[in-house]
Amino acid sequence: MGIDIRSENGAAIAVLSGEIDHHSAKKLRTELDRFIITMQPELMAMDFGSITFMDSSGVGLIMGRSKLLRECGGRLEIHNPQPYIRRVLKLSGLERIVRIK
Amino acid sequence: MEVINEIRFSMPSLSVNEAAARAVVSAFMTQADPTVEELSDVRTAVSEAVTNAIVHGYRGTKGKVEMTVRLLSGREIYIRVKDCGCGIEDVEQAMEPLYTTAPEEERSGLGFSVMSSFMDRLSVRSKVGKGTTVTMRKRLAPHDD
Repeated sequence: MGIDIRSENGAAIAVLSGEIDHHSAKKLRTELDRFIITMQPELMAMDFGSITFMDSSGVGLIMGRSKLLRECGGRLEIHNPQPYIRRVLKLSGLERIVRIK
Repeated sequence: MEVINEIRFSMPSLSVNEAAARAVVSAFMTQADPTVEELSDVRTAVSEAVTNAIVHGYRGTKGKVEMTVRLLSGREIYIRVKDCGCGIEDVEQAMEPLYTTAPEEERSGLGFSVMSSFMDRLSVRSKVGKGTTVTMRKRLAPHDD
């Protein structure tokens, strides 16, 4: 499980890699929240291109970060999810609250 | 239905074992040469069932999660995930999409929805104070050979 967050002109990109499950989500949540609270980005894009697995723990992770960003005046986007991750996202109805590109 | 092959294993209720359970199921399934999508469906369903046992069944206490994986005739995968944790009072309610008893831990309440969408059959038996057993089946697409 890897995470690399970069920021430019008020927008942040968090490049995630590896597997997102209940175990790994805890670490991601801590790192993402620390960044969001400190930097208060207007837009955060989570790049899922290198995520090889995600279960519903990932849905909880996305919903929680989306809520925190909104509270800080920002918004979240999900970029490049693999087809099998898109299926979990679709099932969750997350597409209604978070933009998926 | 004839059991062609079977693997049984047990693990302590540590969250690091969620990935271990997926890895064992993936390795076992290679003999049936599943498609990428079938493998991903089963891995995701197993991850949900094992996470439920650890997060909700044992709620941070120590216990054992037992798994049985079978390859049945007709290219059917059978999976049983059993815990001896606190059990579920109202199984029907627990299976409702988005219902969760652990919102503060950011559980989305989608575990059973994922299991039933990604597998062909899902059954949940539970007794308060005794534990929960989740059984799932999925038939893999026919093979040429």
